[in-house]
Amino acid sequence: MRDHPLVQLTLARMREFYREPEAIFWVFGFPIVLAFALGIAFRNRGPGELRVAVLRGAGDSVLATALARAPGLRAAVLDSAEARLQLRTGRVALLVVPGDPVVYRYDSTRTESRLARLEADEVVQRARGRADAARVQDQRVTEPGSRYIDFLIPGLLGMNLMGSGLWGVGFSVVQARTKKLLKRFMATPMRRSHYLLSFILSRLVFLFLEVAALVGFGWWMFHVGVRGSFSAVAFITVLGALSFAGLGMLVASRARTIEAVSGLMNLVMLPMWILSGTFFSYARFPEAMQPFVKALPLTALNDALRAVMIEGSRLSELGAPLGIVTAWGVVSFVVALQIFRWR
Amino acid sequence: MKRYADVVAVAGLDLTVNARECFGLLGPNGAGKTTTIEILEGLTAPDRGEVEILGMRWTGGASTRALRERLGIQLQDTQLADKLTVEETVRLFRSFYRAAHSVEEVLGLVGLEEKRTAWVGKLSGGQKQRLAVACALVSRPDLLFLDEPTTGLDPQSRRQLWDVVGRFRAAGGTVLLTTHYMEEAERLCDRVAIMDHGKVIALGTPRSLIASLGAEHVVEFALADGATRAPTPAELAALPGVRAVRPALDRTALTVAEVHRAVPALLGLLERRGAELSLLATHHATLEDVFVSLTGRQLRDA
Repeated sequence: MRDHPLVQLTLARMREFYREPEAIFWVFGFPIVLAFALGIAFRNRGPGELRVAVLRGAGDSVLATALARAPGLRAAVLDSAEARLQLRTGRVALLVVPGDPVVYRYDSTRTESRLARLEADEVVQRARGRADAARVQDQRVTEPGSRYIDFLIPGLLGMNLMGSGLWGVGFSVVQARTKKLLKRFMATPMRRSHYLLSFILSRLVFLFLEVAALVGFGWWMFHVGVRGSFSAVAFITVLGALSFAGLGMLVASRARTIEAVSGLMNLVMLPMWILSGTFFSYARFPEAMQPFVKALPLTALNDALRAVMIEGSRLSELGAPLGIVTAWGVVSFVVALQIFRWR
Repeated sequence: MKRYADVVAVAGLDLTVNARECFGLLGPNGAGKTTTIEILEGLTAPDRGEVEILGMRWTGGASTRALRERLGIQLQDTQLADKLTVEETVRLFRSFYRAAHSVEEVLGLVGLEEKRTAWVGKLSGGQKQRLAVACALVSRPDLLFLDEPTTGLDPQSRRQLWDVVGRFRAAGGTVLLTTHYMEEAERLCDRVAIMDHGKVIALGTPRSLIASLGAEHVVEFALADGATRAPTPAELAALPGVRAVRPALDRTALTVAEVHRAVPALLGLLERRGAELSLLATHHATLEDVFVSLTGRQLRDA
């Protein structure tokens, strides 16, 4: 069993990978760093504190104290010149001029400023004795799955499957070809199918670790859960990994140099990094582009992963994206086998 | 016959290698040695011609695989994976074959037992080459192909590899190797084919090829004061014991049957002409001299 060529080839693949520290970083470290950085940068903080200026003059300190007491407002008394400068540069959202009438100066196209005006007006009116006309009650909810990080983790998972599939297969194949190792294997009775299958098998082993690392990190750091079943996530990631391994095989099928295959790989991956909705929704692209964007394998994979992880969809509802992912894999693999340069 | 674009790499080769023989393809770079050996190995398809190995042909499918089971092949420019150990590399190649040596046995054959757990990338050039031969030997081949196995190696590594080939032959194996080192061919090969420009220009045992020069020694000399007082080739050829004269740019080489008669005669002739020697050397004739006499060029810089 241990001396079966498929086992030995797969072991060689895996050893070459895990003995390469750079590869370990790009496959395991990088997506986690990315998730961490983006998760922190775009965490949902709410609108935060709004800064409001009160113009120096009669009654300024009373008004400023009242405003400062309101939750979410921070008020300061400023001279006229300083107040105008801070308003113009957006450091304060609103300038309140005490007097009768109380004057609000603000840029009405800025959401923050309009919010500040509403909050400030509430304080001013209540100070003059306005009471609530109706009884109201606030119910605050933070919906898991609606945060940016919830959107991001499945996208990073998809992007990582693409990257390690293309690089993992494409790079190794071309390296073996440039080092004439492929030719040396051809001089043995080794079966070609064993050689190609060894890539798939080693990908599946590392796939498990990659997915566990990223999903585990998302859950531990940001409480990004999986709404659907874990087996559905497993199925989709395996399908995605196989599909991109096929694409990697196709990209590497003819290239004779590392430079050539790197160029091809970037040519294939770059459009998908941008278009396939990894970092932001592809709905932002024009309507005319949508059919093309949706036909990309990474788009389909990201859609399927998000459907399961965020919405809790079942596999049976995901026929279209999974079909696209499968089709890309099968077609790439078949074409790659036809045109593969074995020496 | 094999043609690449307009260049005919190998044309009209007709060779038979006998079982248990060590056969050498000898020639300068670009002579067509590698093309020839790769056609025999079934890695390159000839444009014309037939190849029969161990009674089989490269017809593809199961028979090709059966033939590969019986061959051991070392290619000229294979770089084995740097990040695998010696043992892992041998075990990988071993897994491709039905019958095979154990890893211990084959590392013993090439003397790499101590490097068993070392990464391939850390090996010296000679050790890498012995590992490449180990990967060729692991299948217990009947026929071993070696393509320039010692090119670029230091003398000690070269001798170690020669010992490996010697042990394989002692165990009854057949070897076909290419080299551009005449010394290697003389040392290892029962028969050699000298190739140039894709053709075999001489074929035989090293001894018979050297004997074909008609003499066993080569006397080389050069003159201090240039060509003005140099004897003519006809004068040199007339000296006793001289079989052939090969003038070159910086020196003249004489193929000589009896050094003890030719050298005094040569010195006498030069003295009569008043020419002063700047170099005088004699050596046993080698395959190198055979190549030079056939092509008029040196092997190394041909």
